[in-house]
Amino acid sequence: MLQSVSLLLTILLVVPVTAVFLWVAFSRPAAVDAGELAARSYRLRDWSFWALLAVVTPVFLYTLTLMPYGADAEAEGVQTVNVTGHMWRWELSQDEFRAGEPVQFRVTSQDVNHGFGIYDEDLTLLTQTQAMPGYTNTLEYTFEEPGTYRVLCLEYCGVAHHAMVAELTVTE
Amino acid sequence: MSDTTMDTAVPRGPRNAVLIYLATTVVVLLLMMVFGLLMRLEQAGVDLLGAAGFYQVLTAHGAGMVGAVALGSSAVMWYFLRRHVELSTGVFLLNLALFLLGAVLILGGIFIGGFAGAWTFLYPLPQTPMGLWTQAAAASFFLGLLAIGVGFLLLYIDIARALITNCGGLGRSLGLPQLFGRAGDPPPAAVVASTMVLIVNTLGIVAGAAILTMSLINLYQPGFELDALWAKNLIYFFGHVFINATIYMAVIAVYEILPRYTGRPWKVSRVFLAAWAASTVMVLIVYPHHLLMDFSQPTSLHVLGQVISYTSGLPVLLVTAWGALTNVYRSGIRWDIASGFAFLGVFGWAAGVIPAIIDATIAVNTVMHNTLWVPGHFHFYLLLGVVAMTFGFMAWLTRSQAQGDGFFDRLGFWTFTGGGLALVAVFLYSGAGSVPRRFAEHLPEWATYAQLGSVAAALVILGTLLLALRFFAGLKRVANNVA
Repeated sequence: MLQSVSLLLTILLVVPVTAVFLWVAFSRPAAVDAGELAARSYRLRDWSFWALLAVVTPVFLYTLTLMPYGADAEAEGVQTVNVTGHMWRWELSQDEFRAGEPVQFRVTSQDVNHGFGIYDEDLTLLTQTQAMPGYTNTLEYTFEEPGTYRVLCLEYCGVAHHAMVAELTVTE
Repeated sequence: MSDTTMDTAVPRGPRNAVLIYLATTVVVLLLMMVFGLLMRLEQAGVDLLGAAGFYQVLTAHGAGMVGAVALGSSAVMWYFLRRHVELSTGVFLLNLALFLLGAVLILGGIFIGGFAGAWTFLYPLPQTPMGLWTQAAAASFFLGLLAIGVGFLLLYIDIARALITNCGGLGRSLGLPQLFGRAGDPPPAAVVASTMVLIVNTLGIVAGAAILTMSLINLYQPGFELDALWAKNLIYFFGHVFINATIYMAVIAVYEILPRYTGRPWKVSRVFLAAWAASTVMVLIVYPHHLLMDFSQPTSLHVLGQVISYTSGLPVLLVTAWGALTNVYRSGIRWDIASGFAFLGVFGWAAGVIPAIIDATIAVNTVMHNTLWVPGHFHFYLLLGVVAMTFGFMAWLTRSQAQGDGFFDRLGFWTFTGGGLALVAVFLYSGAGSVPRRFAEHLPEWATYAQLGSVAAALVILGTLLLALRFFAGLKRVANNVA
């Protein structure tokens, strides 16, 4: 979902930027009064600055409500699992979960940095956090659908980084 | 300022030094591009490297590309800055010598010693080789990066000396008096940009040297333990600042070359000075956006990373990009590949920051971090931004004023541009499809992306090869072009 929105937004913004560059590159005829042209352009720039600020600020503030940090370690009704990354395997205290109930993954590493990324059956990345030696990162996620999920390593960790895979089973 | 004229003769010594820089840049770039193609082919299922070889090439590609663009963009900065202040050609060449020494140490560590800790050398991976590389290989890599850092540090010290001597201080060469209302001409754009670069990159290199030295000590004295999160902060502060400095050095080519084609000087306004002063601060504090998935990092730093990522795009879009568009609009510009690359470089920078800013949004980063979205956005503003600006400078130095561009010049430009756009598009589309970055083997579902990416990478190499040949063939014209 977020991936599609990001791609769409990128296309919607990059295409007009491209069009403007092409339009300017081939603009004719040559202007007689470059000073007046520049003055108009910079007035438009000032206006654009405030317009951009007016659009971006609420978007920015809204996205801060979606931050993945600060999982409540004391919360009730939460399935808790300890996750430890090793070169090159995942050690999980449990790998079966119930759909619809939040799961707290307490993620660390025994050796080097790893990345704990959860993928669904369609190979879409759902969420992630880093697995770092000496630190425990708590990632909370609620699986909506039963099925088999994959954990891939998302931080380069050596020669078998790409093969560091685990499976999670989510039941009704 | 001692000299603000736009066109002055360039003595043979400095001229040749710049050309040696550019020749080295284009050779290293081509080699690293071939490494990039090999990695995409490996991911497409063509088994050429094996996993161990892939990660060695990955390490070389990351470190080598950053080094190559830093070398090329510093040549741009040095060439134009020395028209305004007196710089030491000896120090400039010493930087190149240390770069070459560093390159030998890095490549030796990787391809002889087997080091594959990635350019990020995240602690404690280099110290945990699992039998794949030796201590000496990791040490060689660290020392190589240190040698390159020392070279650039010496270059910046010489630039600082020259700016302080000529302008009376770095605040003045950054244009702060004029920004805050004092009368008088502001410094030229090349001086303002160079001041910003030397301030931020000196700090970045010192941080890099600190973590490299600590990593070296830890390599031989494991009892000297580091904190992994602190180490990562230092590495990304260094890495982010260093690679961003390449953009701010290369963009001087835009300020200097485009006006020569449009006949409209690039005016250094108070908005321009404000943007560069703001960038000086923002480049230093934006790096936490690389650690958004390190939940143990204070949340305030995560929010800072997102805020500054959003705001740091504004000077780019509203000053340099808008300025370039205004400079070119209805100017009757004569397009050749030099002006074309300068303009393309601005486009690559302006468009490339869009997916970068989106990725710096914490909620988005949760599903995009360390996917191919990331090389998608940084190839956008590095390949189609910094490299394009540097190619513009090279093409401008070697242009044929009598005959203009030939067929192969235009072919090189369009092959590079088309291949670059395709390469970036495939990366971004793959990232949106959750394909991880830095994977030696891709799942069958992802193979098509890598195959398309391989074709795009081959086009980029072909275009660069044509441009490199044009550059070497045009060296004999440089003396006339800049005299």
